[in-house]
Amino acid sequence: MLAFLVRRLFVVIPTLVGVSLVAFALIRLVPGDPVLLLIGERGASPEVYEQMKAAYGLDKSLPTQYGLFMRSAVAGDLGQSIHSGRGVLEEFADRFPATLELGFVALFFAVLFGLPMGIVAAVKRNSVFDYAFMSVSLVGYSMPIFWWGLILILFFSVQLGWTPVSGRIGIVYDVPAWSGFLLVDVWKAGEGWAGFWSAVRHLLLPATALGTIPLAAIARMTRSSMLEVLGEDYMRTARAKGVSRAGVIVVHGLRNALVPVVTVIGLLAGHIVTGAVLTETIFSWPGIGRWLVASVAARDYPVVQGGILLIASAVILINTMVDLAYAWANPKMRLQS
Amino acid sequence: MKFAKGFAVGFAPALIGLPFAFPSPAAAAAGKTFVYCSEGSPSTFNPQKGTDGPTFNASSRTIYNRLVDFEKGGTKILPSLAESWAVSKDGKSYTFQLRRDVDFHTTASFAPKRKFNADDVVFTFERMLKPGHPYHNVNGATYEYFKSMGMDKLILDVKKVDPYAVRFVLSKPESPFLANMAMDFASILSAEYATLLTKNNRPEKIDMEPVGTGPFVFKRYEKDNQIRYVAHPSYFGGKQAIDNLVFSITPDANVRYQKLKRGECHLIAEPPATDLKAMRADGGLQVLEQEGLNVGYLAMNVQKKPFGDVKVRKAVNFALNRKSYLDAIYHGNASLAKNPIPPTMWSYNEAVPDYEYNPEKAKQLLKEAGLADGFKAKLWAMPISRPYNPNGKKMAEMMQADLKKVGIEVEIVTYDWPTYLDKARRGEHEMLLMGWTGDNGDPDNFMNVLLGCGAVDGGSNYSRWCQKRYNGLIDDARVTSDMKKRSEMYGKAQAIFKDEAPWVTLAHAKVFRAMRKEVSGYKMSPFGTDSFVGVDLRK
Repeated sequence: MLAFLVRRLFVVIPTLVGVSLVAFALIRLVPGDPVLLLIGERGASPEVYEQMKAAYGLDKSLPTQYGLFMRSAVAGDLGQSIHSGRGVLEEFADRFPATLELGFVALFFAVLFGLPMGIVAAVKRNSVFDYAFMSVSLVGYSMPIFWWGLILILFFSVQLGWTPVSGRIGIVYDVPAWSGFLLVDVWKAGEGWAGFWSAVRHLLLPATALGTIPLAAIARMTRSSMLEVLGEDYMRTARAKGVSRAGVIVVHGLRNALVPVVTVIGLLAGHIVTGAVLTETIFSWPGIGRWLVASVAARDYPVVQGGILLIASAVILINTMVDLAYAWANPKMRLQS
Repeated sequence: MKFAKGFAVGFAPALIGLPFAFPSPAAAAAGKTFVYCSEGSPSTFNPQKGTDGPTFNASSRTIYNRLVDFEKGGTKILPSLAESWAVSKDGKSYTFQLRRDVDFHTTASFAPKRKFNADDVVFTFERMLKPGHPYHNVNGATYEYFKSMGMDKLILDVKKVDPYAVRFVLSKPESPFLANMAMDFASILSAEYATLLTKNNRPEKIDMEPVGTGPFVFKRYEKDNQIRYVAHPSYFGGKQAIDNLVFSITPDANVRYQKLKRGECHLIAEPPATDLKAMRADGGLQVLEQEGLNVGYLAMNVQKKPFGDVKVRKAVNFALNRKSYLDAIYHGNASLAKNPIPPTMWSYNEAVPDYEYNPEKAKQLLKEAGLADGFKAKLWAMPISRPYNPNGKKMAEMMQADLKKVGIEVEIVTYDWPTYLDKARRGEHEMLLMGWTGDNGDPDNFMNVLLGCGAVDGGSNYSRWCQKRYNGLIDDARVTSDMKKRSEMYGKAQAIFKDEAPWVTLAHAKVFRAMRKEVSGYKMSPFGTDSFVGVDLRK
């Protein structure tokens, strides 16, 4: 296991350097700089303009800027946001729990519905359920999040009035940030079940919008993996031994079918983060996705390069953890390493 | 078989029934809560550092006061933390008499031990003025708005005369100074709080956990989500009728509108223009509108041929059918502009004759200018939507068609916004769509900032037009303190401007707010900011 971890680490470092370089270069390839946006229609004389650029360290050559960025990044300092003047790391930490909470619930939703849909579709292959579930997942997989989110708002919030339009919790609940996870903080703030349900109600639509594509991917993966397992000899043997059909499917079938599904769920973590950029924008969700969108628009260089680096690190961390889980679920992997 | 069927049967209703299972929100926190759906997050809670509306709404308009303030819904200057002021004969010294018995906020991080006094005023301005001041560089502040208004060069000294009197010494007489003192960056901070933060070694808190004298006390900011305030119990203007004020940050205009309809907010900033009709028809809502303190215009760069010739500039003025743009571009939500300042501003010269739409006259003028066959030029179209020009590209296309009729072949050029601003600042353009939203309600803020000779190098005079008589008038007006005389000078300058035609004045856009029927006491500000002083909810 240790050797496995060390090997992973050797891959992680060059990946992070690559990500930082791409993030650094991309935001600077976009025309315009943050100082121009600060000045706006007002204009500024060339001296003032140069002065302001110097104040943000943008007067130095690009390689120098990158070198300075990397040097302080290694020391754990990602610089200050031009927009707010606060540390990038600090700003990230303020918003990351909101994204994590949404991501967890979205993934939970995807697994909760995707897994049974895949199982039923496989067990009742070519039935109405199979066709219905697979059509739904195909549509779900190809739906643009932006459009889907607005449709959800228009139908469930505006037409039916079942859920709130946006935000994290009802305005009546005054919940100070403690862990950053609202579902936890409501208890600390003493808002009780009413506050908890309000937070859950606010989570329903964004989690559905964000979880739809993972749901479809999980359902399809589960179905094909289950179909493969269902055809195995040991399934027939188990059935012949007198194990109930449900028992065979769950104990002998599902457990073996889950290995590739777990991998897919891990890969979906990356999707959850990219999807969060759109979902958070639509539902006014105060996470890192919206923060990044606003920072790109404001050409807030330190936030964009630092934020992307942090997100990449998080995705890599999650994937590594999934690999570990995979190694745990599949003894063959452990033996190989 | 049983397992699968049982699951499938139970599955569908579970999905559909889910939202019903939750109880509706419980009773509100104590007192009246007012929810404002704002468009963006504040960058800081210190108005000295901000440049944008969301920052001012969340800080200067709620938490702070200034020595003087604009009247509610207007540009008139009224006493606030200063009860009165006197200007010296040479116009270079302003002495403010301060209000007594004003309380600063008590917050989670600060409990004031004394009332507001001259030390707070001196601290506030020295922080911005003196590079060596202990708070000058806290949180990377650059005070760009303060500096861009020329205040750092104008104010030589801020002196405490006695605990309740402060004297500002200026480098030259400048009448707009008083209006500048009502601007957001002049909000008064607590010196006592700063001393405490220095002692605790946490100076950076001053901009994120603000303490002011204003109508609302800052409670908490949840990044990008909401800002919570409570009414200041001992506000010198009286405790507000609403007990809790919440800014619910909602960047998408359509979502804001849906939230208003659902009752999740009481008032929304910038409602989506396409839904205004539906909002007006909705019995539960009210729509407010006002001509903004703005102007949209077409600047002709007089340093580029053939726009140095006033006849050509006039020809362009006659050639454009500006009225047709109001409906097509502004959806009727604007009025035709003829002066550089909007009609709501004092000194507006009603008597100035406007250029009517007259292609024949335009052709005649081009002939006189020796351009009977017309000419070719580049027209720059703004890439983004601004209140003063919601759709630069579409407007450029309409202008292209109008100008073609008089023989001017226009090629439309555009860049992304920062590049556009940068190139325009350097004067690379020939014809440029641009606009302006005012800062302080003073005519100088339009007529000098946008058309003065000094602004050619400064980069905000986009027609790069520098006319001696005009510039003399606005320079004199700036140092005159008699309002009536100033008004006359600006009126004359407007006539010269119109005759010299460095711009085609296009429109003054209206600004909108939408709110629920039960809201009372709200008044729109010409500056486009939102203040909730005097706002109440009817039962």
